[in-house]
Amino acid sequence: MDELPIQSGDDVVRVRQQVRTAAAENGLSLVDQTKLVTAASELARNTLVHGGGGRARIEVVKSANGRAGVKLHFADEGPGIADIGLALTDGWTSGNGLGLGLSGARRLVDEFELDSKPGTGTTVMVVKWSR
Amino acid sequence: MEQVPIVKIGQTLFVSIQIDLQDDTVVRLQEDLADELSRTGASGVIIDITAVEIVDSFIGRMLTMIGSISRLFDAETVIVGMRPAVAITLTELGLSLSGVRTALNAEKGLEILNGKS
Repeated sequence: MDELPIQSGDDVVRVRQQVRTAAAENGLSLVDQTKLVTAASELARNTLVHGGGGRARIEVVKSANGRAGVKLHFADEGPGIADIGLALTDGWTSGNGLGLGLSGARRLVDEFELDSKPGTGTTVMVVKWSR
Repeated sequence: MEQVPIVKIGQTLFVSIQIDLQDDTVVRLQEDLADELSRTGASGVIIDITAVEIVDSFIGRMLTMIGSISRLFDAETVIVGMRPAVAITLTELGLSLSGVRTALNAEKGLEILNGKS
């Protein structure tokens, strides 16, 4: 699927809408759709605010046992995260938020992979499976 | 940037969110509500989120802050109409919206505010 730019608040809303559509079309329940869209919102905001902008990609995937899922990729070339363990801790914040963005997003999805190095940017991949 | 309208009926400010919320829009709403509370001396705020499909950590924090700000103007905020999927997601996210009252719908929210004299 096409890459979606994340350069503004409007783009974050557009990513949420596209994720909602993909989740609904692939059999995720309303609660799971809401969880995935909420996670997407947190991650897209991180890409915009901390990564200085970037892009998202939405992919439809199938598990080994035939379940459909929606996989999201977020990437930026921002400053990166020096201490990933710390960044994933509830309540730890680099700004004036609650520090629930990254850790909360991880709880809302079934699979979560974060890759980041200082100076090279950050990529996050998440998957939510239909039940 | 879109703006969320604020309607005053009696002593209550009504806000019904009907758009996909951007961070800027919520910050603007917070400022507009503080202005309106100061200008009108309203004693209550009802925020209807029936149409809101997601509340993430930023929007949740802003709703909590609106509750705190209105208290400084001697007004109480009630969030009404939260969707079940939003309630489940918020809880899993770790947000409790502590400090703001919630009610099933606008009518019940108004009852809470009217009980406060």
